Amino acid sequence: MLPRRKSIVRVLVSLIVPLSLMISFQSASPAGNAARGISDNVADGLAAWQQVYSVLTSPRCINCHTATNYPQQGDDRHRHFANVVRGPAGRGVPGLNCVSCHQEANADSTGVPGGHNWHLAPLSMRWQDANDQLLSSALVCRALIDRSKNSGLDGPALLKHHTEEALVLWAWNPGRRPDGSLRSVPPLSHAEFVAATRNWIAAGTPCPAEK
Amino acid sequence: MATYQLNVNGQSKRVDVDPSTPLLWVLREELKMTGTKYGCGISACGACTVHLDGIATRSCVVPVSLIGDRPIVTIEAMANDTIGRVVQEAWLDKDVVQCGYCQSGQIMSAVALLKATPKPTDTNIEESMGGNLCRCATYVRIREAIKSAAQQLK
Repeated sequence: MLPRRKSIVRVLVSLIVPLSLMISFQSASPAGNAARGISDNVADGLAAWQQVYSVLTSPRCINCHTATNYPQQGDDRHRHFANVVRGPAGRGVPGLNCVSCHQEANADSTGVPGGHNWHLAPLSMRWQDANDQLLSSALVCRALIDRSKNSGLDGPALLKHHTEEALVLWAWNPGRRPDGSLRSVPPLSHAEFVAATRNWIAAGTPCPAEK
Repeated sequence: MATYQLNVNGQSKRVDVDPSTPLLWVLREELKMTGTKYGCGISACGACTVHLDGIATRSCVVPVSLIGDRPIVTIEAMANDTIGRVVQEAWLDKDVVQCGYCQSGQIMSAVALLKATPKPTDTNIEESMGGNLCRCATYVRIREAIKSAAQQLK
């Protein structure tokens, strides 16, 4: 090896070895562990959020989280029949209220779903755009944690909503269609949904960075 | 079969029916109150509209087991209802009815609208009456009659 090359290698080694030692020391330090822990926690939270999102965007949930003047129905999320409209409070209009058909419980003999206080979600909680396309995971996540949009719910209140709200629970007991077949349910069980919500909230309700 | 005590037009009525029986058939078959009409049976046409606890309700899809003690008001009671009577008179004045089959449901929805919205706009009328279909297409006269009733009620 030429003397000049030797000196270059010596310089590089003198730089790289201490640097690699520093890196390995740093990653073994409490601060490094903490950083990695936070990173893992966020990753776990984001994974939990994706589970929550998979439920929120299932037809049983999103059909009443529209951005339009009408609810949807069916697994294909078509516009609600009978010219049903949102109305000023998300409960239809006089003469054609949600509860004109939807009672306190499913009416399996006639195929009309029902639950307590049947109504549309407010427009601030729309999870679709005006063309009935699903909003992204990031947009729904940000809306869900925005207390100016979500009726002022903080983390524990969101968890309580997902755990106890009658219309949320209805999604796992949606009754029968007019043809007698069972309506589909969300992709997770209610217990899994609640656990995912709890994990997401425990991780600080992280949201995906995408738009 | 089960026994239900229903409050229909202010009167207590006892019926013995299957719990899944829609209110429409309890009214028509058990109580012989045939003013409420069967149109589609799937709440798509509004011909079966009655008031349940003051709310316009499609009686063809509501099983009797879900009614409880909520009062039921039908077209038969409209002549004795302040707004109902005015609406029926407006219906006659504007000669709304053609075949007439859907009109009891139309009137029940119109009365529900006027009770909640005494001065309805065209949009109010179109949205509130949008679930009541009329195969004779008397929609223009229905709107005129609702406006006329609103004027008389002011």
